[in-house]
Amino acid sequence: MIPASFDYVRPSSIAEAVQAVGSAGEDAKVLAGGQSLLPVLRLRMSYPDTLIDLGGIAELRGVREDADAIVIGSMTTHDEVTRHPLIKQYAPLLAQATETVGDRQVRHLGTFGGSLSHADPAGDLPTVALTLDAQLHVEGPNGSRVIAAKDFFLDYLTTALEPGEILTAIRIPKLGEGWSSHYEKFNRVAQAWSIVSVAAVVRRDNGAIAESKIGLTNMGSTPLRASAVEGALVGAVVSPEAIGEASSHAAEGTNAPSDLSGRADYRNHLAKVLTKRAVLAAAHR
Amino acid sequence: MTQVSVTVDGVVYTDEVEARTLLVHYLRERLGKVGTVVGCDTSNCGSCTVLLGGMSVKSCSVLAVQANGSEVTTIEGLAAADGTLHPVQQAFYDSHALQCGFCTPGMVMASCDLLAENPNPSEQEVREGIEGNLCRCTGYQNIVKAIQAAGRAMSGTATSSTATSNTEAVRA
Amino acid sequence: MTAVDDRATAASSADGGPRMEVGNARRRKEDAHLLTGRTTWTDNMTLPGMLHLAILRSPMAHAKITRIDASEAKSRPGVIAVFTGQDFAETQGDIPCAWPVTADMVNPGHPSLAVTQVNHVGEAVAVIVARDKAAAQDALEAVDIDYEQLPAVLDMEAALAEGADLVHPNTTSNKSYTWVFESGAAGTGQPIDDVLNAAEVTLKRRFIQQRLIPAFMEPRSTVVQPVGEGFTMWSSTQVPHILRTMLALTVGVPEHKVRVIAPDVGGGFGGKLQVTPEEVICALVARKLGKSVKYTESRSESVMSAHHGRDQIQDITITARRDGTVTGLDVHLLANMGAYLRLVSPGIPVLGAFMFNSIYKFDAYRFTCDGVFTTKTPTDAYRGAGRPEATFAIERIMDELAAELDMDPMELRRKNWIRHEEFPFTTVSGMTYDSGNYEAATDKALSLLGWDELIAEQARRRASKDPVQLGLGISTFTEMCGLAPSRVLGALSYVAGGWENAAIRVLATGKVEVITGVSGHGQGHETAWSQIVADQLGVPFEDIEVIHGDTQSAPKGMDTYGSRSLVVGGIAVVKAAEKVVEKARAIAAHMLEANPDDLDFAGGNFSVKGSPGNSKSIQDVAFATFTAHDLPDGIEPSIDSDATFDPANFSFPHGTHLCAIEVDTETGRATIRKYVCVDDIGEVINPLIVEGQVHGGLAQGIAQALYEEAVYDAEGNLTTGSFVDYLVPSAADLPSFITDRTVSASTTNPLGVKGVGEAGTIASTPAVVNAVVNALRPYGVNDIQMPCTPERIWRALSEGAEKSSPAAAGTVAHGGASTSSSDGSDAAEGGRL
Repeated sequence: MIPASFDYVRPSSIAEAVQAVGSAGEDAKVLAGGQSLLPVLRLRMSYPDTLIDLGGIAELRGVREDADAIVIGSMTTHDEVTRHPLIKQYAPLLAQATETVGDRQVRHLGTFGGSLSHADPAGDLPTVALTLDAQLHVEGPNGSRVIAAKDFFLDYLTTALEPGEILTAIRIPKLGEGWSSHYEKFNRVAQAWSIVSVAAVVRRDNGAIAESKIGLTNMGSTPLRASAVEGALVGAVVSPEAIGEASSHAAEGTNAPSDLSGRADYRNHLAKVLTKRAVLAAAHR
Repeated sequence: MTQVSVTVDGVVYTDEVEARTLLVHYLRERLGKVGTVVGCDTSNCGSCTVLLGGMSVKSCSVLAVQANGSEVTTIEGLAAADGTLHPVQQAFYDSHALQCGFCTPGMVMASCDLLAENPNPSEQEVREGIEGNLCRCTGYQNIVKAIQAAGRAMSGTATSSTATSNTEAVRA
Repeated sequence: MTAVDDRATAASSADGGPRMEVGNARRRKEDAHLLTGRTTWTDNMTLPGMLHLAILRSPMAHAKITRIDASEAKSRPGVIAVFTGQDFAETQGDIPCAWPVTADMVNPGHPSLAVTQVNHVGEAVAVIVARDKAAAQDALEAVDIDYEQLPAVLDMEAALAEGADLVHPNTTSNKSYTWVFESGAAGTGQPIDDVLNAAEVTLKRRFIQQRLIPAFMEPRSTVVQPVGEGFTMWSSTQVPHILRTMLALTVGVPEHKVRVIAPDVGGGFGGKLQVTPEEVICALVARKLGKSVKYTESRSESVMSAHHGRDQIQDITITARRDGTVTGLDVHLLANMGAYLRLVSPGIPVLGAFMFNSIYKFDAYRFTCDGVFTTKTPTDAYRGAGRPEATFAIERIMDELAAELDMDPMELRRKNWIRHEEFPFTTVSGMTYDSGNYEAATDKALSLLGWDELIAEQARRRASKDPVQLGLGISTFTEMCGLAPSRVLGALSYVAGGWENAAIRVLATGKVEVITGVSGHGQGHETAWSQIVADQLGVPFEDIEVIHGDTQSAPKGMDTYGSRSLVVGGIAVVKAAEKVVEKARAIAAHMLEANPDDLDFAGGNFSVKGSPGNSKSIQDVAFATFTAHDLPDGIEPSIDSDATFDPANFSFPHGTHLCAIEVDTETGRATIRKYVCVDDIGEVINPLIVEGQVHGGLAQGIAQALYEEAVYDAEGNLTTGSFVDYLVPSAADLPSFITDRTVSASTTNPLGVKGVGEAGTIASTPAVVNAVVNALRPYGVNDIQMPCTPERIWRALSEGAEKSSPAAAGTVAHGGASTSSSDGSDAAEGGRL
């Protein structure tokens, strides 16, 4: 199929982009890497009258260090994310999870910011952003603001972006000394979306977990933190038994969907198993 | 209509296109580059894979206007001017890595991209490297073999038997 | 002695003459243009003035069309015309069904464009004709249709119940037919009821053959050019010859005015063995407007409108003596036809009717199949077509019987299979297997797998309660292919024969054209036929051109399906070549001033017996024939020949497939650890091509076991409506296969060949599922419904753990009821797109 007709705008600066988004009205769509949007347009599940392509804005692309954080331009591609030395060093969870997104071709075009703005709860990167306590920088007609990842994902395919706002950068605190991470993805075939996946970031102290951040993919209409697990892990010895016990809380407070890939009770079960595996893997890095 | 200027297989083309024109449709219907094909509408099958700025992309999930100013290489631009096959094409031929041939253009382009990054991939690296390309005929085994052979040929580590060892390979 | 032929001897000639090509791993002639993008896919084609079609498809599974208003669509930019079913009601005829399996089979008719009612989601309702494809697609949304929704009919058993909603208003039930075979009545065995009643052990099981989507990589495409009173059609089809005849009958154009061309075709797997509504619509529109037209489907259209495969409920009863000797097999199928009968829909399950008994010696056998209408996409051929379903059922229940009898599953098979010295063997279903050696293939496969080591590992994992359990699965299969002896097809009420045609032209310069009636689309016919003819005529492989896929240049044929191309079409080539040699012999004799009977023909040379220096090459003879200056009296100046070959029997490839699978009992994921197959397909023309066919077949069979399923929701929407949800496995999802062969030459054709196109698909599915079940049997699990998804395996484990302690493993009582599935994933909400 061929997408329905639309007008096409390709701004060359953030200011131009904000202007373009603001004047285009609510039937406009922002094109980042296009790897989710273009199939949607081809299937005519969406009929934007204007497409605003952020691909020409150099300042939206790239990774830099900023004190205790790294800042990733929203149009930085998955491929760039997976190879960037700063991300490998300071946000290895993001590099690892991004490697599992789509396939090589998709990663060449798809962008970090696009994935977050799309806010698919089966997507891996919203979970990573949530787990790493990312700060999302947005620009809009009323200037710029920063939204914490925990406040950004509101519902299925719905974010806190106001009309006219675009995501410009993602600030991720550097993973501190003693912390390690792992992303445990579970899907049916290599290309498929996660049935459930778990992001685990842990700090070990004396053979036990001192602190942790646990994120869940596809366990609700947004990415979720498994806060009950995070609580139960405090002081847990790094052993399959103790970690397993703490992980048994993984489904608490979630609202897993039932679909072709699995009903909610299966997802609840998977969340526990995968949390245990993710935490053990992270703790052994 | 929007103007695009794209270098495809070494030739510069400038055209007015509708913004909604997908790169693959521009290649096929405006430029006659029908070697690149469309196999799905959800970016899953990879049949339409081309190199855009040297990187593999699915040309069904890129607008022609997004390719403005870029260089595109398709399956039609891979062989040498004298017709000598690219090492990946040659390896696909030698290893019987195609049957109906519909996925082949995308599979070959994806392989070129993979080998550019990793000239000597393991079997598992090849399998994961072409996860975005579906083939319904071959069961992938000979494709994997071909990509590894092409990697050896391109990095100069091939033995002279690579191109002639079909019988042995099949019976191995 | 295991009677395994050394593969090297496969290339030697039966008559001792030189055979240079057959048996060689020739690289393919087909590849050069495919590798460089110089292809001729139908969608690549552009004709002067060509118009583009878009098809509006029903969003409803079952509804009456109460009103269609296309006026706005007609006024959209670039739109030339819009047609609905009403416009073609008098001219479109019905999609033909060539296999009325019973005299009283109900065929409600199948309009190409729905006229008054739609019966499945995706059914064509209107067609837009426009100057370009985008304009045609833009106008789809402007067609205004009112539907009066009817209840979806989805479940086969419910569809057959008293008072069920009817799919078709012109029928009185949703049953199309009941087809029965019974060995007592047929005289091929004892009466089934006697054997069932006398059984010492009875086991009943229900297996579900899920619905599959063929998923050829090239979406279907059709171009039609009006030509005089008729038309030329290019189409992505497996069957240009059948299509030509059927189109002529359907749209009322004389057959000689219809030309069908299958250019490069991107896979079929049975999915392009069809006369499609889209092809008929293209022909109707092109003729109505007097313009060339093109229609190419999108993938999402393809998955809901191109025919599906499988979809059976199989109730199987097997009886045995306590020592493990099988006695009776009673098979009852519900076969989902979907909304309509297409070309061979009703016959697909019947193709399996003779294969449930497989390689085993039963005293009695009954096969009953009810064809059932539902409001789903029609089903028809998909790789294996009836035989994968049969093989799955028998190989699964043999494992279950072994568990029931506490026997080793391979021992049970050995006890019951036909021993190699018993061939030819006529089975309880009346088939005569010409050759085979199940012992040899099995021994080789066991050794390649390392069966004993893996059994030991399995025991260790079981003992240690390893969360990752190991399962070993067996499939000792046979199949019938090489469709088909025309007499048999006639007896089965198929409306056509099963012969194949070939012609050979020897050109003035000694180059050779081979015209074949089979229509390849990935199988490598051009290469294999060149190898055959090179040996038969003694001409270089490179000097041979194979012509196919155009009813004008290859006018006679029955096309490609059912692993028939080599065993029927290839033999036609041999027969034609034999005629060429005989014609050439007479001319050579004249040239050599010898008696034709005194000539030897070998390596492309006619020589006088005892005087080998005195010879003429076939090229010499061809040139002499071309000039015709000095031919013997009464000899026509041509050595060209053709032949039509009708096989005397099917061919019966067989083999042993073994699968070792690891099952993660915590997540339910099953991962193939090692897959070994030893296939016996008789003699081999090209081992490279054979290997490729086996690999691809395995991938599709494994995909049925683990990944693929067409799922409908409660309203009859196809939930798996794209490759996002219909999971065709990628390279990353499949293992490397260990393949090998044994050679039991077919005794029913001169090349000794059997078919290979479907073997991998037929054999592999039960090997994988048997392995999964084998891994889980200690947990009280005795079946997993396909595909064996992580969720289904996890549910089976959970339920197995609830209902049985490990001590009570073997959960089905003697003669007990079936345990069909532990299915849980039918909650069918939309996927990611």
